[in-house]
Amino acid sequence: MTLRNDTPPLDNRSKMLRRLVIDALDGGGRGHLGSSLSLIEIVRVLYDDILRHRPQEPKWEGRDRFILSKGHGCLALYAILADKGYFPVEELRRFCHRDSYLGGHPEAGKIPGVEASTGALGHGLSIGVGMALAARIKRSGTRVFVAMGDGEINEGSVWEAAMSAGKHGLDNLVAMVDYNKIQSYGFVSEVQPLEPLADKWRAFGFAAIEVDGHDTNALRQVLAAPAETGKPTAIICHTIKGRGIPFAENEPSWHHKSKIAPDQISAMYAALENT
Amino acid sequence: MRQTALDQVYELAKRDQRVVFVGSDLGVGTLKKFKAEMPDRFFMEGVAEQNIIGMAAGLAMEGFIPYVNTIATFLTRRCYEQVAVDLCLHKLPVRLLASGGGVVYAPLGPTHLAIEDMAILRALPNMTVIAPVDAEEMTRLIPATLDYPGPVYVRFGKGGDPVVSKAAHGFAIGTAITLKPAGRVGMISTGVMSERCLRAAGLLAESGIEAGVLHCHTVKPLDVAAIADLAAQVDLLVTVEEHVLTAGLGSAVLEALADRGGRLSRILRLALPDSFTRTYGSQDSMLELYGLHPEGIAASVLGRLNQT
Repeated sequence: MTLRNDTPPLDNRSKMLRRLVIDALDGGGRGHLGSSLSLIEIVRVLYDDILRHRPQEPKWEGRDRFILSKGHGCLALYAILADKGYFPVEELRRFCHRDSYLGGHPEAGKIPGVEASTGALGHGLSIGVGMALAARIKRSGTRVFVAMGDGEINEGSVWEAAMSAGKHGLDNLVAMVDYNKIQSYGFVSEVQPLEPLADKWRAFGFAAIEVDGHDTNALRQVLAAPAETGKPTAIICHTIKGRGIPFAENEPSWHHKSKIAPDQISAMYAALENT
Repeated sequence: MRQTALDQVYELAKRDQRVVFVGSDLGVGTLKKFKAEMPDRFFMEGVAEQNIIGMAAGLAMEGFIPYVNTIATFLTRRCYEQVAVDLCLHKLPVRLLASGGGVVYAPLGPTHLAIEDMAILRALPNMTVIAPVDAEEMTRLIPATLDYPGPVYVRFGKGGDPVVSKAAHGFAIGTAITLKPAGRVGMISTGVMSERCLRAAGLLAESGIEAGVLHCHTVKPLDVAAIADLAAQVDLLVTVEEHVLTAGLGSAVLEALADRGGRLSRILRLALPDSFTRTYGSQDSMLELYGLHPEGIAASVLGRLNQT
C-alpha cells in the first residue's frame, strides 16, 4: 500500500497543531520540521481519542503509555501536549532555549506527559515491551503505544524488541511506524529499503495493519483496539514528510533545519493556510 | 559468587513483589525455582542484550526492580547506549549482574573478557559499580541493592573464590573495608584482587614489609575519605585491579587524590596492560602472566620500594 491519492485535506484542528509546530520552530530557530509534520495526525488521534490520560495528573497510574521513540519528531508531541494542557502553549516558543524544558529531543522527568527520554534511535520499543509486560503482571489493562520512524527501524534493536513482543504475545502493545519514506540522507527506498514492511512485522509475530497516517478516521479505527488477541499490533502509517507545508513535503532537505530565516517562517504559515 | 547472587535474588523476589529477573540465554536450569514459583516475574529473553536492557528499563519505569544477568562483557559493551540512556539518564533501579568479570573467561579468549567494564561504566552519571571479593560478601551486597537508587553494576568473580570477607566487616555500598591495616605500604583493590592482595601482604611480611589492604568493593562512588586517610599514612600506595590500566580503579584513586588538592603520595598502579590479551589458559595463569598474582604483586611492590 502507498498513500492514497485521496488522503483527506487537513481540517482546522490539524492546521492549528501544525501552526503550533511552526511557532516552536520560529522560537527555537531550528527543528525537525518534516519529521514532525508527518506525525501530527498520529499524535492527535492518540491524545484526542485513544489514550486514557489526565493532563492535570500526568503520572496518573491508570493512564495508557505513549512513547515517541523517534524523539526527533518531538515538535508534534510538544504541540499536542501543550494543546492538551500538559504545559502552557507559550512554552513552545522557547523551544531549545537555554532555560526551557523543551529540548530538541524529549526528556522524561522534565516535560509533563513525556514517558521516556528518547533521541537515540531504536530504544522505545524495548521500553514499551517492558511497560507492556509490567501491565500484564499487574493486570492493569494499560495499553502501550510506541511511535517509530522509518529510518529508525534500521536499528537492529527494534527487531530484537519485535521478537520479544511477538514471543510474549503482547496484545496491549502497539508499534507504530511513521512511514514517510524519507530518512536523513534521502529516500528510504535508496538508503535502506524496508519492503515488504508489513510482512516483516507479521513475521515477527505482530498483527500488522497499513493505514493512511493522515486519515484521522482510519487511525481511530485501527487504534481503538488490538488488531488480534494474543498478538502485538503493528500499524504502518503511510505519511507524507512535511505534510501541510507544500514546499517541505517529500523534500529531504526539510528533515531538519537550523538557522531558519523569518521569511521562511512566514512562508510556512501562509502555505499552511492555503493547503 | 554467581550462584550466591542468584540465590539472593530468588530470596528477594519471594519477599518483594517488585523484584523481577531478566536473563539472556543462560545455562540450563538457571533459577529453576524462581521460574517455577514466580513465572510472571521470570524472563529469559535470548541473545538480545539491547532489548533486555530497554525492557528492564520499561519494567523499572513501572515500579519493578529488575535484576539482569548475563556475561559481563555482553552486558556492558553490547548495550552500552541502552545502559547510558535507558538506565542512567532515567536513573532507574535496574541491577546488572555481570558473570565472569575480568579474565574469568581466559580460556575463551579476548571476546569474552570484561577488562574495561569498570572504566566505561564509571564514566556514566548515576551508575554504581561494585566488585565483591567473595560469595560471603555477595550475600551482604545483593540485599543492599534492593532499594539503592539508580542502576547498579555488580561484577562477579569466577566462583569458588577463597572467602576472606567477614560478617563483622558489614557491607554498605560506597564504604571501603580495611581487610588488613596498612603499614609502610597500603594496597587498594577491588573484586577478587583483594584476596590476592592479602596473600601478597603475607609475602611482603616475610620480607619485613608491613602492607595493608583496603578493599574498595564499590569503585563508584569511591570511598574517597578512606583512600585519602590511607594515602596519608603510607610510604607507598598501590592500586591493584583485574582490569586495564585505563580508567579503572587506579585511575579513580589518582583522580580522587588529585581532586582533593593535596600532594600525591607515591603510587604504583598494577593492572592489565592497554592491550588485548593474546593467550588462553586460566584466570590464575593470565593474572600470573601480567604479574597480578600474589607473588607478582609482592615483587612489584618490593621493586618500587627498592627504587629509592
